[in-house]
Amino acid sequence: MSHIVIDETRCKGCGLCTIACPRKLVAMSDTPNSMGYTVAVFCDAEKCTGCALCAEMCPDVAIAVFKDK
Amino acid sequence: MKQVFQKPESLKDVQTHFCPGCSHGSVHRLAAEAMDEFGIRAETIGVASVGCSVFLYSYFDVDVIEAPHGRAPAVATGAKRARPDRIVFTYQGDGDLAAIGTAEIIHAANRGEDITVIFVNNTTYGMTGGQMAPTTMVGQKTSTSPYGRDQNKDGYPIRMAELLAQLEGVGFSARVAVNSPKNVMQAKKLMKTAFQYQVEKKGFSFIEVLAVCPTNWGMSPLAANEHLGNEMIPYFPLGVYRNTSNL
Amino acid sequence: MSTKLFVKGNEAVAMAAIEAGCRYYFGYPITPQSDIPEYLSRELPPLGGEFIQAESEVAAINMLLGASATGVRCMTSSSGPGISLKQEGISFMAGSELPGVIVDIMRQGPGLGGIDASQADYWQATRGGGHGGYRIIVLAPSSVQEMYDLTMQAFDLSDIYRIPVMVLADSVIGQMKESIVANPRPVTELPAKDWAVRGRREGQSQNVVKSLKLGDGEMEAFHWKMHARYQELADKECRWEELQTDDATLVVTAFGSAARIARTAVAMAREEGLKVGLLRPITLFPFPQKAYTQLTRHCKRLLDIELNTGQMIDDVRLSVAKDAEVEFYGRPPGAGSLPTPEELLEQIKKHYS
Repeated sequence: MSHIVIDETRCKGCGLCTIACPRKLVAMSDTPNSMGYTVAVFCDAEKCTGCALCAEMCPDVAIAVFKDK
Repeated sequence: MKQVFQKPESLKDVQTHFCPGCSHGSVHRLAAEAMDEFGIRAETIGVASVGCSVFLYSYFDVDVIEAPHGRAPAVATGAKRARPDRIVFTYQGDGDLAAIGTAEIIHAANRGEDITVIFVNNTTYGMTGGQMAPTTMVGQKTSTSPYGRDQNKDGYPIRMAELLAQLEGVGFSARVAVNSPKNVMQAKKLMKTAFQYQVEKKGFSFIEVLAVCPTNWGMSPLAANEHLGNEMIPYFPLGVYRNTSNL
Repeated sequence: MSTKLFVKGNEAVAMAAIEAGCRYYFGYPITPQSDIPEYLSRELPPLGGEFIQAESEVAAINMLLGASATGVRCMTSSSGPGISLKQEGISFMAGSELPGVIVDIMRQGPGLGGIDASQADYWQATRGGGHGGYRIIVLAPSSVQEMYDLTMQAFDLSDIYRIPVMVLADSVIGQMKESIVANPRPVTELPAKDWAVRGRREGQSQNVVKSLKLGDGEMEAFHWKMHARYQELADKECRWEELQTDDATLVVTAFGSAARIARTAVAMAREEGLKVGLLRPITLFPFPQKAYTQLTRHCKRLLDIELNTGQMIDDVRLSVAKDAEVEFYGRPPGAGSLPTPEELLEQIKKHYS
């Protein structure tokens, strides 16, 4: 199943990934990381196509994308 | 299952000092991807400028020379002439390149130095606290233009990609933006073209990247990206302004 | 093999640079040093070197910085206003511990000044010149032969100590022709430039040439390291010439072109039976303090002669401390200001007792 993995230690909570996802599968959480940023979370693995637009928009290279063949 | 997106090898695995939403991270990644693409990491010399991008050496896994403010094109000229078999790029902000370093960029471009210049235009001096830059928009309030940039007193924002495209020494000049997935994909493509020019020894290449500075603009990252699209792109049109080798 | 030549001082500088292995020159035209870029623009390209006439002295010194950072030998030259513009880059090179040779054929100042012989920039050269608190090695040739020899040595000193080196002369030395022996480059053991930026090859660690030092204690440690290096220079690299100082009761001290005139005046004084000698610093930084210390054991009066209103005299006074009187005769720069040997002899007699 295509999915993304968000590296919470790198995420600065800017939210750019949330509007990049055409299916709105990334949302902001209330959970702060060690830097105090509330990080983005991946919501629904079922619908992810692995398009990587979220990762392309992430200024902190915090998202790894895995795609089903 | 295949990993289709990961950190490029030319970037170090560290967190940057950039503010949330700052475009520098994206521009760093695009440049690093281009280096990976051409397999030039081990032969690349970066020239850091003064401003938020001064820590180039902390993020790029390449050798780096730190230049005085605005002088990166001169430093890169010296490095490239001494080591013509290496890939030399500069990474400069708008104050650095389009104000204090105007002479250096124009003459390096005019000599057709075989270097790649990455120009990050976020219309402000980021590191010193959001002062007016040569690219600050007319009417834009900054910490040194509290009433907004007045074109009668402060002049107009400079369009560097178009200006440099007039010079015969320039091989490639383009302007891209990193405010939307579509623009990022185009920026990725043209960033590679900019490096391809040097890899194929086709002459001086220049890529201007419209970027956001949410902190100094006083906007959220999302609002800043929208602002870039609505206000900056109409004045700083995206496109390829010179491409002598049609790469 | 050594070759005998009859050349201008500025040409000797350019020839020595090539013999020293310098293949990269970056500069901008300014009188009275333009023979140097002219010579190198002709001679470097056939040797596979690079000559760039930069858009400004600011750009030229930063090209020097960039080339030096990759580990090659390189040089720039200028005068007065151009050297002022180079101070930014010299400070960055000092902060980045980069070698590089800067030739300053002094002219008059302040401002646009003029092009006649002058020693107006002793302070600027020996006090670092730019911001941040640093020193550079300063060599002061007094003949065309020394223009050749000291330029050659400048490259070695710069590589060994990782400090920019300035060759400081003026139009008297730069524009005159003398016969010289163009000695080949001596064999010197030099440290490997393992710090140089060359593009990191696989398995090699990243090299960074920079002057930004934000780490806790990093800047302070750098300054103490450089302080120790300056001390090492003072211990090992001071150069000076002494002429008939052994029995002298008055010693004239001067550098560069002023020392040439003083040498004739001292000879004239000796002919008249006066016990007068000459002490000529060749390294202005490190200043040959020990030469003065030794001298004051038997000589209690010095006459400092400069083509300015008194700059080196600061270092002379610091060197002799309270052990000798230091008199001064200066001719501030300007057309018609070059003193004759007779005028200097008059000053020698005035202070001779």
